[in-house]
Amino acid sequence: MKYDLKKNNQVPEGKIDKKWNNHKSILKLISPNNRSNFDIIIIGSGLSGGSAAASLSELGYKVKVFCYQDSPRRAHSVAAQGGINASKNYKGDNDSIYQLFHDTIKGGDYRSREANVYRLSEISSNIIDQCVAQGVPFARDYAGYLETRSFGGTKVARTFYAKGQTGQQLLLGCYSAICRQIGKGKIKMYNRHEMLDLVLVEGVARGIIARNLVSGKLEKHSAHAVVIASGGYGNVFFLSTNAMGANASCIWKVHKKGGLFANPCYTQIHPTCIPIHGEYQSKLTLMSESLRNDGRIWVPKKLEDANFIRNGIKKPENINEENRDYYLERRYPSFGNLVPRDVASRAAKERCDKGFGIENNENGEGVFLDFNSSIEKYGEEKANELGINNPSLEKKRQLGKEVIESKYGNLFHMYEKITEKNPYETPMKIYPAVHYTMGGLWVDYNLMSNIPGCFVIGEANFSDHGSNRLGASALMQGLADGYFILPYTIANYLAKYVTYKNENFSIKNVEFNKSESFVKNKIKRLIQNNGKKSVDFFHKKLGNIMWKYVGMSRNHTGLSKSINKIQELRNEFWNNVFVPGDVEDGLNTELEKAGRVADFLELGELMAMDALNRKESCGCHFREEYKTKEGEALRNDLHYKYVSAWEYQENKFISDEIMHKEYLDFNFVKLESRSYK
Amino acid sequence: MKELLNFKLKIWRQKNNQDKGYFKTYKVNNISPNSSFLEMLDILNNQILFDNKESTISFDHDCREGICGMCSLYINGRAHGPDNLVTTCQLYMRNFHNGETIYVEPWRAKPFPIIKDLIVDRSSFDRIIISGGFISVNTFGKTIDGNIIPIPKEKADKAFDAATCIGCGACVAACKNRSAMLFVSAKISQFSFLPQGRIERKKRVFNMISKMDEEGFGSCSNTKACEVECPKGISTEYITFVNKEYISSFT
Ligand SMILES: Cc1cc2nc3c(=O)[nH]c(=O)nc-3n(C[C@H](O)[C@H](O)[C@H](O)COP(=O)(O)OP(=O)(O)OC[C@H]3O[C@@H](n4cnc5c(N)ncnc54)[C@H](O)[C@@H]3O)c2cc1C
Ligand code: SF4
Ligand code: FES
Repeated sequence: MKYDLKKNNQVPEGKIDKKWNNHKSILKLISPNNRSNFDIIIIGSGLSGGSAAASLSELGYKVKVFCYQDSPRRAHSVAAQGGINASKNYKGDNDSIYQLFHDTIKGGDYRSREANVYRLSEISSNIIDQCVAQGVPFARDYAGYLETRSFGGTKVARTFYAKGQTGQQLLLGCYSAICRQIGKGKIKMYNRHEMLDLVLVEGVARGIIARNLVSGKLEKHSAHAVVIASGGYGNVFFLSTNAMGANASCIWKVHKKGGLFANPCYTQIHPTCIPIHGEYQSKLTLMSESLRNDGRIWVPKKLEDANFIRNGIKKPENINEENRDYYLERRYPSFGNLVPRDVASRAAKERCDKGFGIENNENGEGVFLDFNSSIEKYGEEKANELGINNPSLEKKRQLGKEVIESKYGNLFHMYEKITEKNPYETPMKIYPAVHYTMGGLWVDYNLMSNIPGCFVIGEANFSDHGSNRLGASALMQGLADGYFILPYTIANYLAKYVTYKNENFSIKNVEFNKSESFVKNKIKRLIQNNGKKSVDFFHKKLGNIMWKYVGMSRNHTGLSKSINKIQELRNEFWNNVFVPGDVEDGLNTELEKAGRVADFLELGELMAMDALNRKESCGCHFREEYKTKEGEALRNDLHYKYVSAWEYQENKFISDEIMHKEYLDFNFVKLESRSYK
Repeated sequence: MKELLNFKLKIWRQKNNQDKGYFKTYKVNNISPNSSFLEMLDILNNQILFDNKESTISFDHDCREGICGMCSLYINGRAHGPDNLVTTCQLYMRNFHNGETIYVEPWRAKPFPIIKDLIVDRSSFDRIIISGGFISVNTFGKTIDGNIIPIPKEKADKAFDAATCIGCGACVAACKNRSAMLFVSAKISQFSFLPQGRIERKKRVFNMISKMDEEGFGSCSNTKACEVECPKGISTEYITFVNKEYISSFT
């Protein structure tokens, strides 16, 4: 067989807690004076690409970074709200590398690679130290020490945060490190550039074709290695919490050049987003998971009350305590509102499907996230602290609100701006939405894809999250990959080229011309199509299909249907899409969108195929046919304990892709069925 | 369902940096008051695409959550429009009256050249940061434990408040002198409040302010228009603070 993924995954032998250290000791090195002879291309300036760029140029490599925004500071990582995990045990709640490792493996429902997750847990502590040194203003307590809070799926408080803007603060740290290197001339930044193809020479990644989004010109760039850090593909669903420009084009281009695409069906649905409220809507807004620390989730116990609330006849305040169903606390007493995201999302869907939803939208989808009891509890504590005896309820609420504001002020502000409702006074309305993709390009332990010289880091790869991701672990992974793993492993790959002449790595190679004309033709085809429908029309339609059949829960019939529907839609797209402008024109946002949607229309089909293949329920992948009596996910370790990795067949259809399997071993943790009861 | 709204829009169209720009009038009808301003523009763009077969109106946006700093727009003479403490992507049509005429223009400032329609080039901000808006720590991961240097909570909070700047440039667009002082002072203050950043503070403030002048931003004359329009509520206090820092950088 061409791919024996288990053999090729480069996971070192030996005890799990020694693997990374042992591995590092055998990785090849490149001496400092040779490093500047190497060019490295990085696609993406988010936390993964940004941290990789800063570290690699710090080490002495010459780095080119590409992003589609106007500045690296705007990469989508900036939107992360809640926090970043690290097993520092500052709170003394018995956290440790092992606990973080175990929670993450369990959270991923035993579909991630054990060795990778262990390494991530080991590195997590360093990340916080690094960021503090860069001036990231993490939250601190009154003694001046770093503050933490707790996230879903864990019983310790290991999440470091900067109010509701952790992503922005971490990214600005990274961005400043990039800027420092740009100033030294070691990083060359290509803003407003989109990578449109990966160039291979004799099967090895040697460069890219990028489009300058301002001039519209295609550019060739060569390098000794290409690092993909382009983020996730949640926008395939059209409505998601992702930035509007977030796209799958970069990883999809690599896939079509031979890169295996792993676990495409794993999409995380985040339980706490603002519900959909209109047809015109362009995106969904996340309310950070950290809110679940202090908010209690409920719907009315009685159908008629739900009905009254939807129609505005009753307010949540009118439903008294005994008529509220705190369904997470009821079903999962030991984790309560802090169950992992997939569990919380499905539980919300279950209630809404049964008619208890409280939002007045098409499907009555929405549940309450209520801060009232926390406001009173904190108010009482604060009054005690201030020595106020017998405070009035009003006083207590005022003090409590201040505490809540200091923790989540900007999130509450955001909620109020969008919905016109004041969440200090009335509960928030939330509903699950597409948020994060755990699948991505397959990589080995060195973070290299199956294409030599093409590395993949951050959300773009599949490696650490299994079928579900616990909160605050994506930021951790992005930074671990970029700051602390890739710099070691990429040297090991580059070492064999130390004696090569640089001419071997030049855009003069015919492969660059071939790729360029391929890209040009594709652009021409889109622009000259002259159809009758807008790009957005197709994107929305695809999104509907994906959400309905490949969304929170899936079944055989729906998935099969979706595959046909996507194929039809794709044909219609290529016959009937309208993209204005000329091939030679400069900035053309419709053309940018068109290229991205064209790729989503292929990837969507692969996601459905992967979901159809996986006849088990695990993590975010819930197949209705496979569940326990209580309606919980029923995993099938005997037959599906593997990573599915799909191989594109040149000049064939998506439906002809071939699946390879990387069987997973769990030697350090015992496989257990995931319970949060 | 609340009543739907109709608008007349006067939008700045400009093909590229060389061409001359002009206002063009459009009409959009049946807009939900719960649509965001950018969603309204999406609807308009779809209309333009098929009615006129002309190129759609280009504007910058990405996160649509008020955090990436990518969106801009000067709306009825105000940066990010009539609502306070929000970015354009968080501005909702309920802030406008039915039948209103709305003027939409790009940020106007020499250091922000227009690229197309409503999109401007804000890379001068990046260049200011490149000139010294960082702590020169290596990224080797051999730093000391994050808790070794405690930071008083008030200081950490102040640094955080300064760090909330999203680099959108509204402060420049709102300022009659086209000064970038609010942006620059926010960044400088963040580091000056933290023990990690203090060692380089003199060099930093000098380099960043010199770079700001070199890029063609004007000087601050304390009109405080920036503070009014800043979507993140960055206070002009930081400007006062940085002025002191600047003077002491000479000693
Ligand atoms: C609203 C929201 C909140 C979140 N909150 C949290 C949280 O609290 N904790 C947590 O751990 N995780 C959180 N996440 C997840 C986390 O933010 C992301 O998974 C992570 O930031 C991804 O980082 P990245 O570096 O892989 O990619 P990104 O930050 O998405 O960066 C992608 C980069 O690639 C570039 N790019 C993409 N395609 C191309 C192309 N074709 N050509 C050129 N450049 C391209 C982009 O310009 C960008 O620079 C959140 C996600 C969202 C959406
Ligand atoms: S200071 Fe305010 S207005 Fe200026 S760039 Fe920062 S966030 Fe925007
Ligand atoms: S689009 Fe990101 S701040 Fe407005």
